[in-house]
Amino acid sequence: MSKNHVVVIFPHPDDESFGASGTITKFRKEGTPVTYLCGTLGEMGRNMGNPVFANRETLSTFRKDELNEAAKQLDIDVEYLGYRDKTLEFEPREQIAKHLKDRISALEASVIITHYPGYAVHPDHDALGAAVVEAVRLMDEQDRPEIWMHAISNDSEKDLGQPDVVYDVTPFWDEKLAAIQAHLSQADGMMSLIKSQDQQSEQLERLKTERFYKYSFTS
Amino acid sequence: MEKINQQAVQDKINELANKDVYIHLETTNGAYASHFDEEAYNVGAFIRNAHVRYQHGKIISTGGSYRVGLKLDIGWVYAEGVSDFEIDDKDRLLMAGHDREGRLMVALEISETPFSYEADIDE
Repeated sequence: MSKNHVVVIFPHPDDESFGASGTITKFRKEGTPVTYLCGTLGEMGRNMGNPVFANRETLSTFRKDELNEAAKQLDIDVEYLGYRDKTLEFEPREQIAKHLKDRISALEASVIITHYPGYAVHPDHDALGAAVVEAVRLMDEQDRPEIWMHAISNDSEKDLGQPDVVYDVTPFWDEKLAAIQAHLSQADGMMSLIKSQDQQSEQLERLKTERFYKYSFTS
Repeated sequence: MEKINQQAVQDKINELANKDVYIHLETTNGAYASHFDEEAYNVGAFIRNAHVRYQHGKIISTGGSYRVGLKLDIGWVYAEGVSDFEIDDKDRLLMAGHDREGRLMVALEISETPFSYEADIDE
């Protein structure tokens, strides 16, 4: 690979902050460029802010602004793929895969961070992760970036074993928190959890360690 | 959005009757319901830009929230649990019900022009 370029591919504005912003910060501090390919605008999200400030028709505008702010905090580029929230699994996978392959090739990605298909809870996560794997499969072997996959489901470690990449992102906690907080309409539930006394809570601990499984085409 | 003003909503429903309108109708408990609670079920449905014409419609108070029914020539549009409303800058009637944390549980929206259906990156 000629250069390092980390390309994060998730479907919703905020997936990058909750799921990978510690790792993103680590890469940026090492001088590696990071681009976020965001699948949708999260326009069907059910969090509308608390107290509510968005509605179904304005949510996408808020979420786009929030992602722009998070991207500024994380010092990354953002591109939108232009799909609609909740519908990715119903689009032809090969079409999404071709679209992704073009972007991945153009960006000369060395590492892709995406969701682990089948272990990512939200159907958009599973569908886009699967399309990423398919996109990279379509590439010539020598051009393929590594795929790091984020698993979320409760049974993931039982089924998949220990992840290949485990980062304690405590050193980047301030950056991660700032990125999450940029997602004003979405972050309230998580922020109240973080601010609560329950510092040992399982979800908070999960946020402080980012884990990824590397995809292997040979297995 | 603000708390529903029943008369204002009824007036808007009346104004939009017997016209070609577009409906967004939705209910959801989120994609993570059974992730956070194994006993819970993920349920949801939405239809965006159903193109209909209703004869008449009514909003009924249940004390705190409301039900809305629109009578079509050959059917009905129905929503329960809406509590907030807005007539937005495109003159659309937006109604929604939220839980205690402000999360949307149900939405019914009526417009004379189609609701956005592309990703609206530049909107």
